[in-house]
Amino acid sequence: MDSSSSNPNFLSLQNVGMAFNGVDILRNINFNIPKGQTLVVIGESGCGKTVLLKLLISLLQASTGKVLFDGQDWCALDEKRTNEQRLRFGFLFQGAALFDSLTVFDNVAFGLRAHSKCDEKEIEKLVLMRVKEVGMKESVLGKKPAELSGGMKKRIGLARALILKPEVMLYDEPTTGLDPIMTDVINDLILQTRKNMPVTSIVVTHEMRTVHKVADRVIMFYPLSRLKPNEPQLIFDGTTDELFKTPDLRVQQFIHGEAKERTLESENHEHRDEVS
Amino acid sequence: MSEALRKEIKSALNKVSQAFDGLGDFTTFSALSLATIIKKPSAGTMIPICFRVGVQSVPVVAITGMFIGMVMAIQVYSQFQSLGMATQIGQIINISVIKELGPVLAATMLAGRIGSSMAAELATMRVTEQVDALICLGVNPLHYLVLPRVLACVLLIPILTVLANFMGVFGGSVVCTEIFKVDPYHYWQNSRGHIQVWDLSVGLIKPIFFGAAISLISCHRGMNSRAGAEGVGKAATSAFVWSFMSILVLDFFLALLFNNLHQAIWPDNSIKTFGPK
Repeated sequence: MDSSSSNPNFLSLQNVGMAFNGVDILRNINFNIPKGQTLVVIGESGCGKTVLLKLLISLLQASTGKVLFDGQDWCALDEKRTNEQRLRFGFLFQGAALFDSLTVFDNVAFGLRAHSKCDEKEIEKLVLMRVKEVGMKESVLGKKPAELSGGMKKRIGLARALILKPEVMLYDEPTTGLDPIMTDVINDLILQTRKNMPVTSIVVTHEMRTVHKVADRVIMFYPLSRLKPNEPQLIFDGTTDELFKTPDLRVQQFIHGEAKERTLESENHEHRDEVS
Repeated sequence: MSEALRKEIKSALNKVSQAFDGLGDFTTFSALSLATIIKKPSAGTMIPICFRVGVQSVPVVAITGMFIGMVMAIQVYSQFQSLGMATQIGQIINISVIKELGPVLAATMLAGRIGSSMAAELATMRVTEQVDALICLGVNPLHYLVLPRVLACVLLIPILTVLANFMGVFGGSVVCTEIFKVDPYHYWQNSRGHIQVWDLSVGLIKPIFFGAAISLISCHRGMNSRAGAEGVGKAATSAFVWSFMSILVLDFFLALLFNNLHQAIWPDNSIKTFGPK
């Protein structure tokens, strides 16, 4: 599904750089995300993928460059407008980030209570609908997040993120720490969400099954610590098919999960082994 | 100047600069948090926090208050007895409890009980991205998390201090009249005559400042916690340490302020008391 024609620069990063305590995490990042696209971001731990998600929703401010959403620079918006724009996003955090002190019902209803004029009956109906959509039973509504498993937390986190019908969904490692079946359930939910509502999705993951299943487009970041000063940090930008065919050894090393860095020599050895 | 000395001076200046940075950060945090009061916090957020700060602190504060009075009575009795002034002992116990010991020790107990728990709770929320989740849901964490805690402390710590004072006065009287067999009539009569409205007011105004300091410091520590279990632990510890120090520093300056105010308003010291002059 690619509806990029409607707004090719729905989300846009222009020369974005980010540093923490003087250490560069992102450098000179440039790319656009069209409306409706599902972009999967891959890369080693610590290369700035989560930072990228937080920049996209303005939880962090870029040290250099601009992050634009729907044509507007986040930095140019006042607090009220920033909040309004943020409500157009849904964010599924790595650990789900459910509010510990609230029940599952109150967690999912949180956004509605804060921003809609729905009465409690309507809220109850909408919460139930969302909870069922993510494949959970009504019986979990009274439970506290501590009583849920990792997969259940992720699904409730997704229900909470979707309750305000966001235009952009940000998924931060949605399948990390889950068993293969639950990973597939979450991947299906990402696909189902895209089917049910016209949402632009950015998925940060290490999981190649997620890349295969949900991506319209894949980008890969490389840690700055291993790059030369002028090398681009974005080392791949293309479709899933292109990802698996790319000759870039760094990309191949990542997708095959090899700890040892690939070299041309090792590639040739591998090729000879395959031929023999 | 040697290189080593230059390094030492530079490091000391850095520490001073960091301390000022921290103070500036805390001041901004406090101002921004208090500014969110323009929007009333919901009952749903206030009630559970008030329950935790107020109701659940009652046993701790009551026991602390009672034992302060009882220990005071034991420590003071022998001296007063040797001077033949045992019936005057209530004055010293009550004035100490109401003006100083009650507010300061109740606030210290609450800094340990409430302050540390607030800091740990907010720090956990910070490191598990719950604070980020709040922001993503369009809710200001200062309004949702900090303001209700500040209001609960500012409103309820003075009430808890009244309880601590009452229990202190009660504990002192029980020890004096029941254990040391001081005549109850003279004990109460003498006590009553030396507690002034001013003393009670001072004892009630101080906890408002202590409550604000405990809650703001604890919330600031929690909201600025570093990642991981160590970060949460450090936030809770530093919340208590800084709250305790601020209680003592505030107590000194408030005592100075109220004494000067008292002198300015009643230069001849003729103020209203509850009992005979």
